Amino acid sequence: MKNKLNVSSDGLKNSMNVSTNWLLKRFPLSKMWNDHMAQYYAPKNFNFWYFFGSLALLVLVNQIITGILLTMNYKPDAKLAFDSVEYIMRDVDWGWLIRYMHSTGASAFFIVIYLHMFRGMIYGSYKKPRELVWIFGMLLFVCLMAEAFMGYLLPWGQMSYWGAQVIISLFSAIPVIGEDLSLWVRGDYVISDATLNRFFAFHVIAVPLALIILVFLHIIALHEVGSNNPDGIEIKESKDPWGHPVDGIPFHPYYTVKDLVGVGVFLFFFATIIFYMPEMGGYFLEHANFIPADPLKTPEHIAPLWYFTPFYAILRAIPDKFMGVIAMGGAIVVLFLLPWLDRCKVKSIRYRGGIFKKAFVLFIISFIVLGYLGTQPATPGYTMLARVFTAIYFGFFLLLPLYTPWEKTKPVPKSVTHEKTAMEDYSALVDTFDKMTVKQDPIKTSWGSTVTPVKPDAAGIKNVLIQLAKKLKESLD
Amino acid sequence: MTREVVDKSKRQFLTTALTVVGAVGTGYLAVPFISQMQPSARAMAAGAPVEVDISRIEPGQLIRIAWRGKPVWVLSRTPEVLEILEKDTAKLADPNSKDSDQPDDTSNSYRSIRPEIFIAVGLCTHLGCSPTFRPEIAPNDLGDDWKGGFFCPCHGSGFDLAGRVFKSVPAPTNLVVPPYRYITDTQIIIGEEPKKEASA
Amino acid sequence: MKKIIYTFLLLLPLSVMASGGVKLQSVDIDLSDFDSMQKGAKHYVTYCLGCHSLKHMRYKRIAVDLNIDEDTVLEEIAPEGAGIYNQMHTAMDKRDSSKWFGTTPPDLSLIARSRGPDWIYSYLKGFYKDESKPLGVNNTVFKDVGMPNMLWKLQGTQTPTFTTVEGQEVLAYLKLTKPGTLSPGEFDTMVTELVNFLVYVGEPMQLERITMGKYVLLFFLMFTIIAYLLKKEYWKDIDS
Repeated sequence: MKNKLNVSSDGLKNSMNVSTNWLLKRFPLSKMWNDHMAQYYAPKNFNFWYFFGSLALLVLVNQIITGILLTMNYKPDAKLAFDSVEYIMRDVDWGWLIRYMHSTGASAFFIVIYLHMFRGMIYGSYKKPRELVWIFGMLLFVCLMAEAFMGYLLPWGQMSYWGAQVIISLFSAIPVIGEDLSLWVRGDYVISDATLNRFFAFHVIAVPLALIILVFLHIIALHEVGSNNPDGIEIKESKDPWGHPVDGIPFHPYYTVKDLVGVGVFLFFFATIIFYMPEMGGYFLEHANFIPADPLKTPEHIAPLWYFTPFYAILRAIPDKFMGVIAMGGAIVVLFLLPWLDRCKVKSIRYRGGIFKKAFVLFIISFIVLGYLGTQPATPGYTMLARVFTAIYFGFFLLLPLYTPWEKTKPVPKSVTHEKTAMEDYSALVDTFDKMTVKQDPIKTSWGSTVTPVKPDAAGIKNVLIQLAKKLKESLD
Repeated sequence: MTREVVDKSKRQFLTTALTVVGAVGTGYLAVPFISQMQPSARAMAAGAPVEVDISRIEPGQLIRIAWRGKPVWVLSRTPEVLEILEKDTAKLADPNSKDSDQPDDTSNSYRSIRPEIFIAVGLCTHLGCSPTFRPEIAPNDLGDDWKGGFFCPCHGSGFDLAGRVFKSVPAPTNLVVPPYRYITDTQIIIGEEPKKEASA
Repeated sequence: MKKIIYTFLLLLPLSVMASGGVKLQSVDIDLSDFDSMQKGAKHYVTYCLGCHSLKHMRYKRIAVDLNIDEDTVLEEIAPEGAGIYNQMHTAMDKRDSSKWFGTTPPDLSLIARSRGPDWIYSYLKGFYKDESKPLGVNNTVFKDVGMPNMLWKLQGTQTPTFTTVEGQEVLAYLKLTKPGTLSPGEFDTMVTELVNFLVYVGEPMQLERITMGKYVLLFFLMFTIIAYLLKKEYWKDIDS
């Protein structure tokens, strides 16, 4: 019996080998696998911030699959669009799940991408030799914004309509050709059926195609120069006798299994939003967008979706139509120029000078504050605030060439340093908790186990806070 | 880097476990993705039973109505036609409708509840064209053997006026008879699934 | 417990829903209370469906979701002549309505999602006597409203008292000057039922979604744990 089984499984293996060989002789499958997975050496010290690249890919796949399914029932027609979305939500089997996966996926895409960009900025991943990786990434970001903007018109709610109206009117600020250009984009004097139909075409085929090609270029360019890491050192510079980087490990299996943990955690949060708060308090699905588009009535307060609000706030901060548009566009253009604005030789923020660290913290604060201001009505006070933070935003980028060549950097280690594992983080947290509390007498619970209750300790908390402040100051020096 | 002895079996076990869990998850995700292509609630609503008034149909006349978007024929048959149906069964592939699709109360030689009123889904069982109604006897194009029936122009299948398929034509079975019942003498409801015993 | 969770989940998004400065009364929504939603459906058909359709809602779905059999829905909830597969359309002609009210009364399928339950609740309770208006009423949350108070017989008549703040006349409070057929408590319950139903109509699948969520989360938790163990196992090669 056993023997017989062996024979048949051998037979199967044999025929599998034959067909694999047939394929490999005609297609470089194993070469591709080795180049990009099994023998692609990535630095071994990737930390939390390195999850978001693979997550972005996951969200892209989610958007493409759910998007295809949505087009099966969606109608790109001004008279039918709004109702067809509600039809998907109610009458189509599981349509609600697919729609929520798509709408939540859109916001998740931006969360992941912003964190991915943040990673690139703190560890200097845009610097030589990775300028092109950064440029492809920025092009991806611009395409993603176009994709999200056009996709948002499709539900044909009030926010879809008036949001698109406002954004397309931006084109009309361009001197001489502006009016004609915005007319051409809309295909009508206002946002209309023609606009909806063409946005649909862009959203479902043109832009996604560009996104996929750019993702491909982004990854190929990255794998040519190799990944950066939290220490910002080139692992290719020190190799072992077999020619592999000493600080590198094969992407597969080490980072595939690690990324799967990231995928699990991400999907947990993703599902929480889909199943328990798909509107995310009006930030992922705006309340006014549940009212069908009405070209005769503007909602009291229009705000773009949260991921555009920093740029929207910059637009509103400038008291001139054309200059506002220039500033908004400029806010993205300066990001493109980052590899050339930043002249510092050291990549990672860990070893850079205090002035850069402080400037970067200010930049992040300004981005978040602008994001908040973009969601709020433009009161005079808020507008003033938006101007200040707009100045900080641009200040960060435009001052870089002035001080970065002379930055006082710290010595960069020869080899990558140890990254704290989740377990170490956890025990550090437990330590801190212990320092901040005092233990009481153990109590026997009704279940028979003993518990040691704790009480907050004022002196301990004070010490911890002082330590924390010291550490923060040190890390900014 | 000192390499410890690797516990291969644990790795293998965890890899298998994760693969299985992942496959189960993908399977569950596939259910909504696939079933969203099923008929929606709107399609079901359009597929609701339809009522027909047969009081105005003259003997020999055929009316067409739509049920679930399909043509449904309601034909009033004359006694002469019924006689032909009774006798002329030699050319039929399935004269007793053994291999065909109809509700239990219509599996008789007329394939109807009342002999004179014939109801069928007007789609050929071959590839779904709608056959034409040819009640005339021995027309030029269909030959002398034709005693009235339905002729499918797409691939040449023929059926008699009880929707029974002739031998040696592409269509495999008789025309489908939908579920229907008489509400009153002249009112028929088509497409109502036989009622299950009402549960409390 | 369930009730608390539902309420919490429903109120969460509302905290950021601004409403033009008027303070809204909060309504206690309970989507596990089928009885309340069934009553709400009846109220809706009686008092609202005359003008406001719920065109995205089918009677069949009410039967399935709120656990009523189809015949009961047709007899007790749906208006005369409606079929079980029908959507909740209004019998009123669109041209008539725009002649009578100057505008077509909007479809309310999504009102709970665009305005929020508290707004509907406050709106339905916020009608007060105002002789200067064509319909003789005004509303605390919807100024110069073009809709008559359909529930006035039940609620009675509310008369406003104004105070002057910073030179502007503002509404201070409403007083029930002529009682209706329902006591204020009964009326609140009735409006709550109505709002409960509308919240359900806004997103009928939310019942399903919330029940399903925990299994999905449990699944991802399991997936993450196994993935973490696998990662730890493989990374022994590197961390040691």
